[in-house]
Amino acid sequence: MTYLRPNFRHPDLPTNELGYTKKNYEGSLSTLCAGCGHDSISAAIVQACFELSIEPHKVAKLSGIGCSSKTPTYFLGNSHGFNSVHGRMPSVVTGANMANRDLIYIGVSGDGDTASIGMGQFVHAVRRSLNMTYIVENNGCYGLTKGQDSATADVGSKSKKGDANPFEGIDLAALALQLGASFVARSFSGDKEQLIPLLKAAIKHPGFAFIDVISPCVTFNNNPGSTKSYEFVRDHLQATGTVDFVPMRKEITTSYSAGTSQEVTLHDGSVIHLHKIDDKLDIHNRRSALDLIQEYKSESKILTGLLYMDKEPTDLHETIGTVHKPLRSLQEKELCPGNNVLQNINASFR
Amino acid sequence: MSKDAVLNRIESVNDFVIRFANVNGTGSASANNMFAKSIFRMGIPVSPKNIFPSNIQGLPTWYEVRVSEKGYVGRRGGIDIVVCVNPQSMAKDIQDVEPGGYFLYDSTKALDLRLMRRDIHFIGIPLTDICRKEYSDPRQRQLFKNVIYVGALAALLDIEFEVLTGLIADQFEGKEKLIAPNVHALELGFHYATENFQCPFGIRVKRCDNVGNAILIDGNTACGLGAIYGGATVAAWYPITPSTSVVDAYEMYAKRLRVCPASGKQNFAIVQAEDELAAIGMVIGANWNGARSFTATSGPGVSLMNEFLGLAYFAEIPAVLIDVQRTGPSTGMPTRTQQSDVFECAYASHGDTKQVCLFPSTPKECFEMTAQSFDLAERLQTPIILLTDLDLGMNDTMSEPLEWDDARAYDRGKVLTSEQLEDASERFGRYLDVDDDGICYRTYPGTHPTKGGFFTRGTSRDEYAVYTEDGAAYVRNMERLLKKWETAKSYVPAPEIINAEHGSNIGIIYFGTTRAAALEAVDHLIEDNIAVDALRIRAFPFNHEVEEFIAQHDTLFVIEQNRDGQMRSLIINECEINPAKLVAVLNYDGMPITARYIQNKVAGYLESANVEPLRRQAGHKAERN
Ligand SMILES: Cc1ncc(C[n+]2csc(CCOP(=O)(O)OP(=O)(O)O)c2C)c(N)n1
Ligand code: SF4
Ligand SMILES: [Mg+2]
Repeated sequence: MTYLRPNFRHPDLPTNELGYTKKNYEGSLSTLCAGCGHDSISAAIVQACFELSIEPHKVAKLSGIGCSSKTPTYFLGNSHGFNSVHGRMPSVVTGANMANRDLIYIGVSGDGDTASIGMGQFVHAVRRSLNMTYIVENNGCYGLTKGQDSATADVGSKSKKGDANPFEGIDLAALALQLGASFVARSFSGDKEQLIPLLKAAIKHPGFAFIDVISPCVTFNNNPGSTKSYEFVRDHLQATGTVDFVPMRKEITTSYSAGTSQEVTLHDGSVIHLHKIDDKLDIHNRRSALDLIQEYKSESKILTGLLYMDKEPTDLHETIGTVHKPLRSLQEKELCPGNNVLQNINASFR
Repeated sequence: MSKDAVLNRIESVNDFVIRFANVNGTGSASANNMFAKSIFRMGIPVSPKNIFPSNIQGLPTWYEVRVSEKGYVGRRGGIDIVVCVNPQSMAKDIQDVEPGGYFLYDSTKALDLRLMRRDIHFIGIPLTDICRKEYSDPRQRQLFKNVIYVGALAALLDIEFEVLTGLIADQFEGKEKLIAPNVHALELGFHYATENFQCPFGIRVKRCDNVGNAILIDGNTACGLGAIYGGATVAAWYPITPSTSVVDAYEMYAKRLRVCPASGKQNFAIVQAEDELAAIGMVIGANWNGARSFTATSGPGVSLMNEFLGLAYFAEIPAVLIDVQRTGPSTGMPTRTQQSDVFECAYASHGDTKQVCLFPSTPKECFEMTAQSFDLAERLQTPIILLTDLDLGMNDTMSEPLEWDDARAYDRGKVLTSEQLEDASERFGRYLDVDDDGICYRTYPGTHPTKGGFFTRGTSRDEYAVYTEDGAAYVRNMERLLKKWETAKSYVPAPEIINAEHGSNIGIIYFGTTRAAALEAVDHLIEDNIAVDALRIRAFPFNHEVEEFIAQHDTLFVIEQNRDGQMRSLIINECEINPAKLVAVLNYDGMPITARYIQNKVAGYLESANVEPLRRQAGHKAERN
């Protein structure tokens, strides 16, 4: 089916391959606090989808509950969205994905939504290798319920009330690696250069892609003493490299000096380039990623960038052997065996 | 039993109850099934029921078969014959035999004299001894012991031997070398009985033609088939007795009937979820995205699904949930039956919610209502909860054969296509009541690049699915949901009403598996000169017929299998009626309710209340339905 492209367009607005402007990927006005890290992530998602020339309606965006989970309203206004219940986005995406394997699924969650109430569902979505992009907008606190510590808050980190967190923080990227996620990255909401290419690579990845995005809560968790405040994160960031994503169809124009870049071919033939500041990391080696995360953590540094990518990920549909056609498109004649067959079944019960 | 016993003996043809007392995990189930099915194949109505522990091996388990030429398939109460192969439960099993009844036991070891009763007949067969002589492999000794007692019963009850050998042949189709040893074991028992006892004894069977073209199938299998025929493509579930075999059946038939012939790939997906929260989340995600999807669980699972059920109610997402009810929490008693999830399901979740519930009574209804649930869920855009119970779900139950009308088409409800969106002159409003029936139009994700996209959330939205926290918009939406609830009444199955010949001022109301016992009780009450009209609830919301029926009667017995009279309370809550008219008849010991119990409760109440059952005036009589 073909559709007419929108004909009223600001002449200056650049368009992508499909003829859409960035406006076609935007959502409603955000109601989050001014300066909230989550808004920067929404902007990065808009930019990534625009640059990837994805048809907006071919994306389904789903979330749990929290400030972070509210954000799908603020990007991709032409896509179907689903603000589900607290911590349960993974199961809703699983069902949606089973129904139609042809859409792109972007799940947005918070650190409370994922690392506490939704830990079980997160773990099992990773384990099933669901084909989706799973973004945690990680502020180390519960924004929407006014700033309680979350399970990703680092031990010793100070909340707005001034109390130091007595519990060990959960590193969701490390956990995803251990659970066998086929794409694991970490970034920072304020670092567009790094985040946009990572998002593009994650969306193109035909398996479970996880991005832990540190996203400071300006209202409840941007105080000195919090390890997820802007200042702290900026000072302690250590990138594995900047990633640039170039779809196959275009000539690769950027030049990379040989010693510092690593070329990664994605499943659909697209290529991402990883500029390694630290060449200790081999992004196809799960163990080395885990080791390096630990190493930097011991120096109070946060390792960002693409941490791991499996070139041949599996997908749940392959594992269970469903047809290529979306299940939701199957018609009655393919689904209902009819009365003759039923009469034979009856006979087996006599 | 000595051949010249003088005490009273129960004598009957095609009308008795037999109970097998076994040890869980000893292979007795297939022998017991063979016994029940042989009687069924002789044209005599049977109803076998499993009474099993929450255990895999070692604890007592019982299998109770009622044989009733008249076709009563509810539990009767009382036991005429016990076949005891379990020393653990022997004391109680002896106690349970009706006076004049029969107690078959393994006489390899002498009976404890303290357990003897003088008013019943003891029939000893040295099962262990026979097996020890015949077989060297301990596993064979164990398994064939069960077949041997079936052989002995064939002689004692006069079961046609060829029917049994026919069943063995069917059972081992493809494994032919197992047929001869099984037939041999049957013969061992058969010969022992004919040589040592007067055969047939007082109770016996005789071929008749009272099962017609009925089938013997459990409700869970029928539900699984209903999901296949209803077009379900995504099943998500978490194991729990007694619902597990619903998904097992769905899977078994899907692997046979739902494989794409070209690619060999599956036209279905089954996901074993990490828990019931995830299972219902998956079902909601799949339905939101346009697939027909279901889950099956029991009470504890429904508890976990509560939050999501509310979301689906408010966000108006179809979902099909099969709740095979069982007793209370924890483990143990929960492998017994009950109808105690009525409240839990009807008002599942926080906020003002009402959920559409269906109550099948027979395997045929399990099949039909499961298939219909997918139509209803998509038509009404809301969860549909099918409440069966362990009794129906896990026991082979005689049923009319399953039928599918090939001319019928799935009702996919109000869904806009990309062409419709393209041609629409008005702006699409997901929660806009265009047709004034409370049901709005929806779109599947991915339909059209610029039209029809919307954001799904529980509340806080206007008719165009735009975020708002405006109280007036919230109220408008809640009122519309009530309008939809009214619309639902015309879609859900109507009650089954069976009026007494000349009508009555007394009514009974029941639902689900209580049906068989209730209808039998109606017959017995008539014999006592008490005529009652009967209404079987098949759905919530209650259709108008329910209210009318209550208005037409002075005293109504609401019969159910729970402690709190949940259906009675639901009726009082939802209908404009006088609650004082509704008398609760409740059974909740974990065993299926019996006709005797209902009969005694109804007759006893009427007697103590000094109610003279009046025949209603002819003109006043409600339609037979
Ligand atoms: C079942 C349930 N329990 C509690 C809540 C209240 N609640 C809403 S958001 C939230 C925490 C959100 O934290 P996070 O996921 O980190 O999101 P953030 O607001 O920080 O982006 C909680 C506890 C809820 N909505 N549902
Ligand atoms: S409370 Fe924090 S997380 Fe929530 S919107 Fe405000 S800044 Fe963002
Ligand atoms: Mg948070």
